[in-house]
Amino acid sequence: MGEIWVGGAHAADFLNQTLTNDLGLLAVGESQYTLMCNEAGGVIDDLYVYRIASEAFLLMVNATRIDADLHWLEFQKSNHGEDRSVKVEDQSEQTGAIAVQGPATPLFINDLFHGDGLITAERPSVLVKNQVDAWRFGTGEVYVARTGYTGEEGFEIIAPNEQLVALWGQVLEIGRPHGIVPAGLGARDTLRLEMGYPLYGHELSEALSPIEAGCGYFVKVDKGEFTGRSALMKQKDERPKKKIVAFKMNGKCPPPRQGYEVYNNLEAKKEVWSVANAGLKPQETDPVIGVVTSGTQSPSLSCGIGMAQVHIDRAREGTAIDISIRGKRYPATVCKKPLYKKQ
Amino acid sequence: MSNIPDNLKYAKSHEWVRIEGDTATVGITDHAQAELTDVVFVELPETGRVLAVGDNCAVVESVKTASDLYAPVAGTVLEINAALADTPELTNDSPFDEGWFFKLQLDGEPDTSHLLDAAGYAAQIGEA
Repeated sequence: MGEIWVGGAHAADFLNQTLTNDLGLLAVGESQYTLMCNEAGGVIDDLYVYRIASEAFLLMVNATRIDADLHWLEFQKSNHGEDRSVKVEDQSEQTGAIAVQGPATPLFINDLFHGDGLITAERPSVLVKNQVDAWRFGTGEVYVARTGYTGEEGFEIIAPNEQLVALWGQVLEIGRPHGIVPAGLGARDTLRLEMGYPLYGHELSEALSPIEAGCGYFVKVDKGEFTGRSALMKQKDERPKKKIVAFKMNGKCPPPRQGYEVYNNLEAKKEVWSVANAGLKPQETDPVIGVVTSGTQSPSLSCGIGMAQVHIDRAREGTAIDISIRGKRYPATVCKKPLYKKQ
Repeated sequence: MSNIPDNLKYAKSHEWVRIEGDTATVGITDHAQAELTDVVFVELPETGRVLAVGDNCAVVESVKTASDLYAPVAGTVLEINAALADTPELTNDSPFDEGWFFKLQLDGEPDTSHLLDAAGYAAQIGEA
Protein backbone atom coordinates (compact mmCIF):
# COMPACT_ATOMS: atom_id res chain seq x y z
CA MET A 1 0.00 0.00 0.00
CA GLY A 2 0.98 3.66 -0.18
CA GLU A 3 0.82 5.97 2.83
CA ILE A 4 0.43 9.69 2.19
CA TRP A 5 0.06 12.26 4.98
CA VAL A 6 -1.93 15.41 4.40
CA GLY A 7 -1.69 18.03 7.15
CA GLY A 8 -2.13 21.71 7.90
CA ALA A 9 -4.81 24.17 8.97
CA HIS A 10 -6.67 23.76 5.64
CA ALA A 11 -6.07 20.03 5.22
CA ALA A 12 -9.66 19.01 6.01
CA ASP A 13 -11.19 21.48 3.54
CA PHE A 14 -8.63 20.61 0.90
CA LEU A 15 -9.30 16.87 1.19
CA ASN A 16 -13.07 17.32 1.26
CA GLN A 17 -12.80 19.19 -2.05
CA THR A 18 -10.54 16.48 -3.52
CA LEU A 19 -12.27 13.29 -2.31
CA THR A 20 -15.85 12.09 -2.92
CA ASN A 21 -16.96 10.93 0.54
CA ASP A 22 -17.88 13.49 3.23
CA LEU A 23 -14.80 14.14 5.34
CA GLY A 24 -16.93 16.32 7.62
CA LEU A 25 -18.32 13.11 9.11
CA LEU A 26 -14.89 12.10 10.44
CA ALA A 27 -13.95 12.81 14.06
CA VAL A 28 -10.35 12.39 15.16
CA GLY A 29 -9.72 8.65 15.44
CA GLU A 30 -12.14 7.72 12.64
CA SER A 31 -11.65 6.64 9.04
CA GLN A 32 -13.68 6.23 5.86
CA TYR A 33 -13.52 4.65 2.42
CA THR A 34 -13.46 7.30 -0.27
CA LEU A 35 -12.50 7.96 -3.89
CA MET A 36 -10.37 10.54 -5.64
CA CYS A 37 -11.86 11.51 -9.02
CA ASN A 38 -10.88 13.64 -11.97
CA GLU A 39 -13.17 16.36 -13.38
CA ALA A 40 -14.94 13.83 -15.63
CA GLY A 41 -15.72 11.62 -12.63
CA GLY A 42 -13.11 8.97 -13.54
CA VAL A 43 -11.38 7.37 -10.58
CA ILE A 44 -7.76 8.44 -9.89
CA ASP A 45 -7.69 6.08 -6.90
CA ASP A 46 -9.80 4.56 -4.17
CA LEU A 47 -8.45 4.88 -0.66
CA TYR A 48 -9.00 4.94 3.07
CA VAL A 49 -8.55 8.25 4.87
CA TYR A 50 -7.74 8.14 8.59
CA ARG A 51 -8.17 11.28 10.71
CA ILE A 52 -5.22 10.94 13.10
CA ALA A 53 -5.46 14.49 14.47
CA SER A 54 -7.69 17.46 13.78
CA GLU A 55 -5.26 18.70 11.12
CA ALA A 56 -3.50 15.44 10.18
CA PHE A 57 -4.86 12.81 7.78
CA LEU A 58 -3.31 9.52 6.71
CA LEU A 59 -4.30 8.38 3.20
CA MET A 60 -3.91 4.64 2.58
CA VAL A 61 -3.75 4.34 -1.21
CA ASN A 62 -3.03 1.64 -3.79
CA ALA A 63 0.70 1.04 -4.19
CA THR A 64 0.38 1.14 -7.98
CA ARG A 65 -1.20 4.60 -7.78
CA ILE A 66 1.17 6.45 -5.41
CA ASP A 67 2.74 8.55 -8.18
CA ALA A 68 -0.60 9.31 -9.85
CA ASP A 69 -2.11 10.25 -6.46
CA LEU A 70 0.76 12.56 -5.49
CA HIS A 71 0.65 14.21 -8.88
CA TRP A 72 -3.10 14.77 -8.57
CA LEU A 73 -2.89 16.03 -4.97
CA GLU A 74 -0.20 18.56 -5.94
CA PHE A 75 -2.28 19.64 -8.93
CA GLN A 76 -5.34 20.09 -6.72
CA LYS A 77 -3.24 22.01 -4.19
CA SER A 78 -2.11 24.45 -6.85
CA ASN A 79 -5.76 24.88 -7.90
CA HIS A 80 -6.82 25.65 -4.36
CA GLY A 81 -4.39 28.56 -3.94
CA GLU A 82 -0.85 28.55 -2.62
CA ASP A 83 -1.75 30.75 0.34
CA ARG A 84 -3.57 27.92 2.06
CA SER A 85 -1.78 25.77 4.60
CA VAL A 86 -1.75 22.23 3.21
CA LYS A 87 1.21 19.88 3.32
CA VAL A 88 1.34 16.60 1.36
CA GLU A 89 4.01 14.12 2.39
CA ASP A 90 4.59 10.69 0.86
CA GLN A 91 5.67 8.22 3.54
CA SER A 92 5.16 5.08 1.42
CA GLU A 93 8.84 4.12 1.34
CA GLN A 94 9.13 4.37 5.13
CA THR A 95 5.84 2.68 6.05
CA GLY A 96 4.21 -0.73 5.73
CA ALA A 97 0.88 -2.28 6.64
CA ILE A 98 -0.11 -5.70 7.96
CA ALA A 99 -3.74 -6.80 7.74
CA VAL A 100 -4.68 -9.11 10.62
CA GLN A 101 -8.04 -10.49 9.58
CA GLY A 102 -10.41 -13.20 10.77
CA PRO A 103 -13.01 -13.90 13.46
CA ALA A 104 -10.45 -14.69 16.19
CA THR A 105 -8.43 -11.49 15.79
CA PRO A 106 -10.24 -9.51 18.56
CA LEU A 107 -9.24 -12.30 20.97
CA PHE A 108 -5.49 -11.64 20.67
CA ILE A 109 -5.01 -8.16 19.18
CA ASN A 110 -4.65 -6.65 22.70
CA ASP A 111 -1.66 -8.87 23.45
CA LEU A 112 0.39 -6.99 20.85
CA PHE A 113 0.17 -3.55 22.44
CA HIS A 114 0.47 -2.25 26.00
CA GLY A 115 -1.71 0.38 27.65
CA ASP A 116 -4.22 2.86 26.30
CA GLY A 117 -4.35 4.16 22.76
CA LEU A 118 -2.75 7.56 22.19
CA ILE A 119 -6.00 9.02 20.74
CA THR A 120 -9.11 7.83 22.62
CA ALA A 121 -9.43 4.04 22.61
CA GLU A 122 -8.67 2.02 25.72
CA ARG A 123 -7.55 -1.15 24.01
CA PRO A 124 -7.37 -2.28 20.34
CA SER A 125 -10.20 -4.81 20.78
CA VAL A 126 -12.72 -2.08 21.67
CA LEU A 127 -12.12 -0.20 18.40
CA VAL A 128 -15.36 -0.14 16.44
CA LYS A 129 -15.59 -0.46 12.64
CA ASN A 130 -13.54 2.29 10.94
CA GLN A 131 -12.05 3.51 14.23
CA VAL A 132 -8.28 4.04 14.42
CA ASP A 133 -5.86 4.65 17.26
CA ALA A 134 -2.12 4.64 17.89
CA TRP A 135 -0.02 2.49 20.19
CA ARG A 136 3.65 2.38 20.99
CA PHE A 137 5.43 -0.68 19.62
CA GLY A 138 9.15 -1.14 20.18
CA THR A 139 10.72 2.25 19.68
CA GLY A 140 8.04 3.44 17.30
CA GLU A 141 4.38 4.34 17.05
CA VAL A 142 1.94 2.24 15.04
CA TYR A 143 -1.65 2.82 13.96
CA VAL A 144 -4.24 0.12 14.52
CA ALA A 145 -7.54 0.42 12.63
CA ARG A 146 -10.69 -1.70 12.65
CA THR A 147 -10.68 -1.90 8.87
CA GLY A 148 -9.95 -4.50 6.20
CA TYR A 149 -10.52 -5.74 2.68
CA THR A 150 -11.66 -9.29 3.41
CA GLY A 151 -15.25 -9.07 4.69
CA GLU A 152 -14.03 -10.57 7.96
CA GLU A 153 -13.60 -9.12 11.43
CA GLY A 154 -10.14 -7.70 11.70
CA PHE A 155 -7.56 -5.01 12.01
CA GLU A 156 -5.02 -3.25 9.86
CA ILE A 157 -1.75 -2.19 11.44
CA ILE A 158 0.24 0.60 9.81
CA ALA A 159 3.82 0.82 11.05
CA PRO A 160 7.23 2.33 10.29
CA ASN A 161 9.54 -0.03 8.41
CA GLU A 162 11.78 -0.44 11.47
CA GLN A 163 8.93 -2.07 13.42
CA LEU A 164 7.46 -4.25 10.68
CA VAL A 165 9.59 -7.38 10.97
CA ALA A 166 9.20 -7.57 14.75
CA LEU A 167 5.49 -6.83 14.42
CA TRP A 168 4.97 -9.57 11.80
CA GLY A 169 6.79 -12.07 14.03
CA GLN A 170 4.75 -11.15 17.09
CA VAL A 171 1.43 -11.23 15.23
CA LEU A 172 2.19 -14.79 14.07
CA GLU A 173 3.37 -15.89 17.50
CA ILE A 174 0.50 -14.40 19.49
CA GLY A 175 -2.05 -15.53 16.89
CA ARG A 176 -0.72 -19.09 16.70
CA PRO A 177 -2.97 -20.57 19.44
CA HIS A 178 -5.91 -19.10 17.47
CA GLY A 179 -4.87 -20.74 14.21
CA ILE A 180 -3.29 -17.76 12.44
CA VAL A 181 -1.60 -18.39 9.08
CA PRO A 182 0.30 -16.02 6.79
CA ALA A 183 -1.64 -15.17 3.63
CA GLY A 184 -0.69 -13.34 0.46
CA LEU A 185 -2.46 -11.50 -2.31
CA GLY A 186 -4.07 -14.65 -3.77
CA ALA A 187 -6.01 -15.31 -0.57
CA ARG A 188 -6.82 -11.62 -0.22
CA ASP A 189 -8.20 -11.59 -3.77
CA THR A 190 -10.62 -14.51 -3.27
CA LEU A 191 -11.89 -12.90 -0.05
CA ARG A 192 -12.48 -9.47 -1.57
CA LEU A 193 -14.16 -10.97 -4.63
CA GLU A 194 -16.54 -13.04 -2.50
CA MET A 195 -17.51 -9.70 -0.91
CA GLY A 196 -17.71 -7.95 -4.29
CA TYR A 197 -15.20 -5.27 -3.26
CA PRO A 198 -13.72 -3.38 -6.23
CA LEU A 199 -9.97 -3.35 -6.91
CA TYR A 200 -8.22 -0.52 -8.70
CA GLY A 201 -7.04 -1.53 -12.18
CA HIS A 202 -9.89 -4.05 -12.38
CA GLU A 203 -13.24 -2.53 -11.38
CA LEU A 204 -11.91 1.01 -10.96
CA SER A 205 -10.04 3.17 -13.45
CA GLU A 206 -9.81 6.68 -14.79
CA ALA A 207 -12.19 5.58 -17.58
CA LEU A 208 -14.93 4.51 -15.16
CA SER A 209 -16.82 6.50 -12.50
CA PRO A 210 -17.64 5.38 -8.95
CA ILE A 211 -21.32 5.40 -9.98
CA GLU A 212 -20.62 2.91 -12.78
CA ALA A 213 -18.38 0.89 -10.46
CA GLY A 214 -21.21 0.50 -7.94
CA CYS A 215 -19.57 2.82 -5.38
CA GLY A 216 -22.20 5.55 -5.55
CA TYR A 217 -22.76 5.34 -1.80
CA PHE A 218 -19.31 6.87 -1.26
CA VAL A 219 -20.03 9.86 -3.51
CA LYS A 220 -21.67 12.55 -1.36
CA VAL A 221 -22.90 15.07 -3.93
CA ASP A 222 -24.77 17.05 -1.25
CA LYS A 223 -21.66 17.89 0.80
CA GLY A 224 -20.66 20.86 -1.36
CA GLU A 225 -18.21 21.38 -4.19
CA PHE A 226 -15.55 18.74 -4.94
CA THR A 227 -13.60 17.64 -7.99
CA GLY A 228 -15.78 15.59 -10.34
CA ARG A 229 -19.03 16.57 -8.59
CA SER A 230 -20.96 17.92 -11.58
CA ALA A 231 -20.08 14.94 -13.79
CA LEU A 232 -21.01 12.49 -11.03
CA MET A 233 -24.29 14.30 -10.24
CA LYS A 234 -25.25 14.09 -13.88
CA GLN A 235 -24.54 10.35 -13.92
CA LYS A 236 -26.51 9.76 -10.74
CA ASP A 237 -29.50 11.53 -12.33
CA GLU A 238 -29.28 10.03 -15.80
CA ARG A 239 -28.43 6.35 -15.16
CA PRO A 240 -25.02 5.25 -16.45
CA LYS A 241 -24.76 3.16 -19.67
CA LYS A 242 -22.52 0.51 -18.14
CA LYS A 243 -22.16 -0.97 -14.71
CA ILE A 244 -19.90 -3.26 -12.72
CA VAL A 245 -21.80 -6.35 -11.52
CA ALA A 246 -20.91 -9.47 -9.57
CA PHE A 247 -21.63 -12.89 -11.05
CA LYS A 248 -21.48 -16.59 -10.26
CA MET A 249 -20.75 -19.34 -12.78
CA ASN A 250 -23.68 -21.78 -13.02
CA GLY A 251 -21.80 -25.08 -13.12
CA LYS A 252 -18.43 -26.77 -13.38
CA CYS A 253 -16.24 -24.63 -15.59
CA PRO A 254 -12.84 -22.96 -15.75
CA PRO A 255 -12.48 -20.05 -13.34
CA PRO A 256 -13.40 -16.73 -15.00
CA ARG A 257 -10.49 -14.31 -15.40
CA GLN A 258 -9.97 -10.64 -16.20
CA GLY A 259 -10.43 -9.83 -19.90
CA TYR A 260 -12.87 -12.63 -20.83
CA GLU A 261 -15.77 -11.40 -22.94
CA VAL A 262 -19.36 -11.44 -21.70
CA TYR A 263 -22.31 -12.32 -23.98
CA ASN A 264 -26.03 -12.75 -23.64
CA ASN A 265 -26.86 -16.21 -22.38
CA LEU A 266 -27.31 -18.49 -25.40
CA GLU A 267 -30.44 -20.15 -24.01
CA ALA A 268 -32.09 -16.91 -22.84
CA LYS A 269 -31.08 -15.29 -26.11
CA LYS A 270 -33.18 -17.73 -28.13
CA GLU A 271 -36.31 -16.02 -26.80
CA VAL A 272 -35.01 -12.46 -26.91
CA TRP A 273 -33.30 -12.58 -30.28
CA SER A 274 -35.94 -14.17 -32.45
CA VAL A 275 -36.41 -14.76 -36.14
CA ALA A 276 -36.37 -11.01 -36.68
CA ASN A 277 -32.58 -11.26 -36.58
CA ALA A 278 -32.38 -13.58 -39.61
CA GLY A 279 -29.85 -12.29 -42.11
CA LEU A 280 -27.90 -10.22 -39.59
CA LYS A 281 -24.21 -10.85 -38.88
CA PRO A 282 -23.28 -12.73 -35.68
CA GLN A 283 -21.78 -9.61 -34.08
CA GLU A 284 -25.16 -7.92 -34.60
CA THR A 285 -27.34 -10.73 -33.24
CA ASP A 286 -24.88 -11.89 -30.58
CA PRO A 287 -22.83 -8.88 -29.55
CA VAL A 288 -20.26 -8.70 -26.76
CA ILE A 289 -22.16 -7.10 -23.85
CA GLY A 290 -19.31 -6.71 -21.40
CA VAL A 291 -15.97 -7.84 -20.09
CA VAL A 292 -14.82 -9.67 -16.96
CA THR A 293 -12.87 -7.28 -14.71
CA SER A 294 -11.91 -9.84 -12.02
CA GLY A 295 -12.47 -13.55 -11.58
CA THR A 296 -11.45 -16.48 -9.46
CA GLN A 297 -12.54 -19.80 -8.03
CA SER A 298 -14.39 -19.10 -4.77
CA PRO A 299 -13.08 -21.36 -2.00
CA SER A 300 -16.21 -20.70 0.09
CA LEU A 301 -18.74 -21.34 -2.71
CA SER A 302 -16.68 -23.91 -4.69
CA CYS A 303 -17.57 -22.25 -7.98
CA GLY A 304 -16.23 -19.62 -10.31
CA ILE A 305 -17.10 -16.04 -9.31
CA GLY A 306 -16.19 -12.65 -10.62
CA MET A 307 -17.07 -9.11 -11.47
CA ALA A 308 -17.76 -7.76 -14.92
CA GLN A 309 -18.48 -4.48 -16.64
CA VAL A 310 -21.72 -4.96 -18.58
CA HIS A 311 -24.25 -2.93 -20.49
CA ILE A 312 -26.76 -1.42 -18.04
CA ASP A 313 -29.61 -3.52 -19.52
CA ARG A 314 -27.78 -6.69 -18.48
CA ALA A 315 -26.87 -5.49 -14.98
CA ARG A 316 -30.03 -6.59 -13.16
CA GLU A 317 -29.72 -9.25 -10.49
CA GLY A 318 -30.64 -12.67 -11.90
CA THR A 319 -29.72 -11.81 -15.51
CA ALA A 320 -28.41 -14.86 -17.38
CA ILE A 321 -25.09 -14.20 -19.12
CA ASP A 322 -22.38 -16.25 -20.81
CA ILE A 323 -18.66 -15.94 -20.18
CA SER A 324 -16.49 -16.82 -23.17
CA ILE A 325 -13.46 -18.86 -22.12
CA ARG A 326 -11.09 -19.86 -24.93
CA GLY A 327 -13.96 -19.60 -27.40
CA LYS A 328 -16.41 -21.72 -25.39
CA ARG A 329 -19.49 -20.25 -23.72
CA TYR A 330 -20.15 -20.97 -20.05
CA PRO A 331 -23.40 -19.76 -18.40
CA ALA A 332 -23.32 -17.45 -15.39
CA THR A 333 -25.80 -15.36 -13.39
CA VAL A 334 -25.59 -11.74 -12.27
CA CYS A 335 -25.82 -11.78 -8.46
CA LYS A 336 -26.27 -9.42 -5.57
CA LYS A 337 -23.16 -8.44 -3.58
CA PRO A 338 -21.76 -9.87 -1.41
CA LEU A 339 -21.57 -13.14 -3.32
CA TYR A 340 -20.80 -14.94 -0.07
CA LYS A 341 -21.85 -14.01 3.43
CA LYS A 342 -20.68 -16.00 6.42
CA GLN A 343 -23.60 -17.45 8.42
CA MET B 1 11.23 -33.13 -2.92
CA SER B 2 8.72 -34.10 -5.54
CA ASN B 3 7.92 -37.62 -6.64
CA ILE B 4 9.57 -38.53 -9.99
CA PRO B 5 8.88 -42.19 -10.92
CA ASP B 6 11.75 -43.94 -12.74
CA ASN B 7 9.55 -45.75 -15.27
CA LEU B 8 8.21 -42.59 -16.97
CA LYS B 9 9.52 -40.14 -19.55
CA TYR B 10 9.25 -36.39 -18.99
CA ALA B 11 8.88 -33.29 -21.14
CA LYS B 12 10.63 -30.07 -20.15
CA SER B 13 7.17 -28.48 -20.01
CA HIS B 14 6.31 -30.81 -17.06
CA GLU B 15 4.19 -33.51 -18.74
CA TRP B 16 4.89 -37.17 -18.03
CA VAL B 17 4.27 -40.03 -20.47
CA ARG B 18 3.96 -43.75 -19.82
CA ILE B 19 4.45 -45.87 -22.96
CA GLU B 20 2.89 -49.34 -22.87
CA GLY B 21 2.80 -51.23 -26.18
CA ASP B 22 1.08 -48.99 -28.72
CA THR B 23 -0.52 -46.62 -26.22
CA ALA B 24 0.87 -43.71 -24.24
CA THR B 25 -0.68 -42.22 -21.07
CA VAL B 26 -0.07 -38.52 -20.40
CA GLY B 27 -0.40 -36.36 -17.29
CA ILE B 28 1.40 -33.59 -15.43
CA THR B 29 4.16 -34.13 -12.90
CA ASP B 30 4.04 -33.92 -9.14
CA HIS B 31 6.32 -30.88 -9.35
CA ALA B 32 3.93 -29.18 -11.79
CA GLN B 33 0.83 -29.79 -9.67
CA ALA B 34 2.64 -28.47 -6.59
CA GLU B 35 3.64 -25.30 -8.44
CA LEU B 36 0.11 -24.78 -9.80
CA THR B 37 -1.52 -25.36 -6.38
CA ASP B 38 -5.20 -26.44 -6.24
CA VAL B 39 -6.31 -27.52 -9.71
CA VAL B 40 -9.94 -26.48 -10.26
CA PHE B 41 -10.53 -27.37 -13.90
CA VAL B 42 -8.93 -29.47 -16.62
CA GLU B 43 -9.83 -28.99 -20.28
CA LEU B 44 -8.98 -32.13 -22.28
CA PRO B 45 -8.71 -32.80 -26.03
CA GLU B 46 -11.52 -34.55 -27.89
CA THR B 47 -11.07 -38.25 -28.53
CA GLY B 48 -9.98 -38.90 -32.11
CA ARG B 49 -7.90 -35.73 -32.31
CA VAL B 50 -4.52 -36.32 -33.95
CA LEU B 51 -1.66 -34.73 -32.04
CA ALA B 52 1.89 -33.93 -33.14
CA VAL B 53 4.71 -33.52 -30.65
CA GLY B 54 4.36 -30.14 -28.92
CA ASP B 55 0.73 -29.56 -29.89
CA ASN B 56 -1.15 -27.43 -27.40
CA CYS B 57 -3.79 -29.97 -26.39
CA ALA B 58 -5.11 -29.32 -22.85
CA VAL B 59 -5.43 -26.59 -20.25
CA VAL B 60 -4.94 -26.95 -16.51
CA GLU B 61 -6.57 -24.25 -14.42
CA SER B 62 -5.64 -23.56 -10.84
CA VAL B 63 -6.85 -20.62 -8.78
CA LYS B 64 -3.54 -18.95 -9.62
CA THR B 65 -3.36 -19.39 -13.38
CA ALA B 66 -4.32 -21.23 -16.57
CA SER B 67 -1.50 -23.37 -18.02
CA ASP B 68 -1.28 -25.03 -21.41
CA LEU B 69 -0.32 -28.66 -21.80
CA TYR B 70 1.67 -29.91 -24.81
CA ALA B 71 1.66 -33.37 -26.37
CA PRO B 72 4.91 -35.08 -25.32
CA VAL B 73 4.60 -37.70 -28.11
CA ALA B 74 2.61 -37.91 -31.34
CA GLY B 75 -0.59 -39.96 -31.53
CA THR B 76 -4.37 -40.04 -31.71
CA VAL B 77 -6.42 -39.31 -28.58
CA LEU B 78 -7.90 -42.67 -27.59
CA GLU B 79 -9.43 -41.91 -24.22
CA ILE B 80 -9.64 -39.03 -21.77
CA ASN B 81 -9.85 -39.24 -17.98
CA ALA B 82 -13.55 -38.44 -17.50
CA ALA B 83 -13.13 -38.38 -13.71
CA LEU B 84 -11.26 -35.07 -13.99
CA ALA B 85 -14.46 -33.28 -15.03
CA ASP B 86 -15.99 -33.68 -11.56
CA THR B 87 -12.81 -34.18 -9.54
CA PRO B 88 -10.02 -32.06 -11.06
CA GLU B 89 -8.26 -32.28 -7.68
CA LEU B 90 -7.13 -35.80 -8.69
CA THR B 91 -4.39 -33.88 -10.52
CA ASN B 92 -3.08 -32.75 -7.13
CA ASP B 93 -3.84 -35.88 -5.13
CA SER B 94 -2.59 -38.51 -7.57
CA PRO B 95 -0.70 -36.90 -10.47
CA PHE B 96 0.87 -40.12 -11.79
CA ASP B 97 -2.06 -42.46 -11.26
CA GLU B 98 -5.73 -41.43 -10.90
CA GLY B 99 -4.92 -37.92 -12.16
CA TRP B 100 -3.84 -39.00 -15.68
CA PHE B 101 -5.12 -36.74 -18.48
CA PHE B 102 -5.43 -38.74 -21.70
CA LYS B 103 -4.27 -41.83 -23.58
CA LEU B 104 -2.83 -41.73 -27.07
CA GLN B 105 -2.90 -44.42 -29.74
CA LEU B 106 0.65 -44.50 -31.08
CA ASP B 107 1.50 -44.96 -34.71
CA GLY B 108 4.52 -47.25 -34.42
CA GLU B 109 7.51 -46.53 -32.21
CA PRO B 110 7.17 -42.95 -30.88
CA ASP B 111 9.97 -40.43 -31.05
CA THR B 112 11.06 -39.81 -27.46
CA SER B 113 14.50 -38.37 -28.16
CA HIS B 114 13.42 -34.94 -26.86
CA LEU B 115 12.09 -36.37 -23.57
CA LEU B 116 13.96 -36.66 -20.28
CA ASP B 117 14.36 -39.65 -18.00
CA ALA B 118 13.66 -39.30 -14.26
CA ALA B 119 17.22 -38.18 -13.48
CA GLY B 120 17.19 -35.66 -16.30
CA TYR B 121 13.85 -34.21 -15.16
CA ALA B 122 15.05 -34.06 -11.55
CA ALA B 123 18.05 -32.05 -12.74
CA GLN B 124 15.83 -29.74 -14.75
CA ILE B 125 13.65 -28.82 -11.76
CA GLY B 126 16.71 -28.46 -9.53
CA GLU B 127 16.10 -31.58 -7.48
CA ALA B 128 19.00 -33.73 -8.67
